[in-house]
Amino acid sequence: MKAFIRSAACISPQETFGDDFLTRIVEYEGIRLKAIEPGYKEFIDPKQARRMSHVIKMGIAAAKKCLADGAIEIPGAIITGTAYGCIEDTVNFLTRIIEQQEELLSPTAFIQSTHNTVAAQIALLLQCHNYNLTYVHKGVSFESALTDALMLLNEDEANNVLVGGTDELVDACFKILTRLGLYKRQPINSLDLFKEPTKGTIGGEGAIFFLLNNQPSPHDLAELSGLKVLYKPQNIGGEIDAFLSDNSLNVSDLDLVVTGRNGDTKNDEVYHELANSIFQNVPVANYKHLCGEYPVSTSFALWLAANILKRRTVPEIIMENGSVSMPRKILIHNHYLRKYHSLMLVSAV
Amino acid sequence: MTGKDVYIAGVGVISAIGNNVAEHLSSFEQEAAGIGDITQMNTIHRQKLPVAEVKLTNEELVNLTGLPAHVSRTTLLSLIAATEALADAAIPEIKKWRTGFISANTVSGMDKTEDFFVDFLTDNNKGRLRYVFDHECGSMTEIVADELGITDVITTISTACSSSANAIAYAGRMIKNGVLDVAVAGGTDALSKFTLNGFNTLMILDKEFCRPFDEHRAGLNMGEGAGYLILISEKVAATLGKAPYCKLAGYTNSNDAFHQTASSPDGNGSYLAMTGALQKSGLKAADIDYINLHGTGTPNNDSSEGAAISRIFGTACPPMSSTKSYTGHTLGASGGIEAVFSVLSIKYGIIYPNLRFETPMSDLPLIPETKFSKGQKIDHVLSNSFGFGGNCTSLIFSRA
Repeated sequence: MKAFIRSAACISPQETFGDDFLTRIVEYEGIRLKAIEPGYKEFIDPKQARRMSHVIKMGIAAAKKCLADGAIEIPGAIITGTAYGCIEDTVNFLTRIIEQQEELLSPTAFIQSTHNTVAAQIALLLQCHNYNLTYVHKGVSFESALTDALMLLNEDEANNVLVGGTDELVDACFKILTRLGLYKRQPINSLDLFKEPTKGTIGGEGAIFFLLNNQPSPHDLAELSGLKVLYKPQNIGGEIDAFLSDNSLNVSDLDLVVTGRNGDTKNDEVYHELANSIFQNVPVANYKHLCGEYPVSTSFALWLAANILKRRTVPEIIMENGSVSMPRKILIHNHYLRKYHSLMLVSAV
Repeated sequence: MTGKDVYIAGVGVISAIGNNVAEHLSSFEQEAAGIGDITQMNTIHRQKLPVAEVKLTNEELVNLTGLPAHVSRTTLLSLIAATEALADAAIPEIKKWRTGFISANTVSGMDKTEDFFVDFLTDNNKGRLRYVFDHECGSMTEIVADELGITDVITTISTACSSSANAIAYAGRMIKNGVLDVAVAGGTDALSKFTLNGFNTLMILDKEFCRPFDEHRAGLNMGEGAGYLILISEKVAATLGKAPYCKLAGYTNSNDAFHQTASSPDGNGSYLAMTGALQKSGLKAADIDYINLHGTGTPNNDSSEGAAISRIFGTACPPMSSTKSYTGHTLGASGGIEAVFSVLSIKYGIIYPNLRFETPMSDLPLIPETKFSKGQKIDHVLSNSFGFGGNCTSLIFSRA
């Protein structure tokens, strides 16, 4: 199953929402990267926006820009992936339940706390009655949404499928995840993430949407040629070979591998092993020093790969080794907390 | 590739009216609702708001499942129903098939997170992390998949109160697309202070037992539970030593696009979901023998759903009822639980009663069934699940 990526819109800790493609890199000191929010006036009525949480606003803006860039008014389906959902509203409502001992609560935070709020609000703003779904499966929430999108296209059930990954990093989660040991103990410069591997990574967030189609169109960014999610794979190298072979490719056909390296010693072990084995002769790039680690970060990697292929330029800042001039085939390999691995094959059109 | 049939080979359910399928059938026949006072949650709403609790404590659920005590009630309920469904299907040599677990829930490990947050709010360095570690919706699914030994596809859907109907439709599509041979699909949700207070702020909880589709209905009762189906491909069905229950004949997901929490007066989203499912199944409205309503008992849902049903079925409506009059509204689990009831309706020819119905809605010509009956000729059942965010999904099950 494959799809053409007609357009993509990205809100991330980098200046990714305009036309610029990673020429002005934003550096962060610390262990938390916050999304750079655009002006929302163009996308959301300011009166409504005041009541919306960060992730809802980011989601709507990215979705609307993606549709505008793809020149589509009403998508055939809206599918989102999010691990934490509308966690700001969830934390707010939970806090009030406890602090006010269940008395005199206002419904607003509860109403907007459901995981499907971003997809629902997009449908509401567009008056779109079509297929609408939200996947909430940890570090492969975005991949789950993409899988559904590819199936819909394959079934001819829908075209112009809008699919996105959204997650916000709120203070309570940041604190809890820090206590759980996900992040580094010492602040670092985000661009030094891979210099000295230590325990922990840096946190990130974002909202990134794609418009997928089963037919090509003149301005397509790239083709999503293959997608595979693996749960606790025994032999990831073998699985990558099998995935490529399912797509009639060998490792030598790859021009670039984008990995989910995040600076955590244990997390990155598998990427080093692969870089020294099957990917020995393939240029390798990384992206989490730009957007941070978060459950749907592969949406950033897909945005990156699609833009590399469309613009025929590889930002220097992502390269780990080697150089690439005119890439045509990019493999994205990510894993989340060493349980779920995902592989995405992205091709030039 | 598409157009292949998807069969239902097993069912499993736990709710306020039983811990397994047999207990549910007995409660239905005795017309015994599972609604009553709150006994498990520590909340100011005890003795004020009736709920439909599963009649097992967390300790009893832990003992039954063998899972650790810090695991969310949502996970415990899920494992019980999913295990029953797999045992019921008794698929020979299941290891040789590509098997998936597609589960849904809405508030994940919120019951444990609520305990954690009490300490966390006094000091951000406090609160036992094990109670929040599995907060994510996907954690529930992952823990149960590990217990069931499922690895090929594991994913979680959350579209509010239509969540598990979408999980079942998605599982059916995965089989039709040749991605899976066997899928355990449905959903789970446990009662939490979060949802109880949330629905209470919206003023849609009835202080009495709920009265779906009644003129004097005053809201829903919160419930909890889990329900799962085992969906299989034609190839797997051929290896079963028995006939499958029925097939998944149609499914459609539409969005009402009207309001974040309210349904449109004409029920546009539900109309599109039902008509889409009919179209996909190749059936006419007149072919439907029983409708398992979403029927929450809120003034808004029932008039909206009723309006859509009237538009589709006119004056020739098939028998219909809301089993939420027994189980309460189990949120993300309701689509899965009611899919189990729909499958059993075909198997045993059951029409479930809509308890406590007295007065028809003044503006709609709809009279739900009020008496239990079995042995009826039921070939096609329509099951509705609608949720916040305008998410509307209808499923159709047909005799195989």
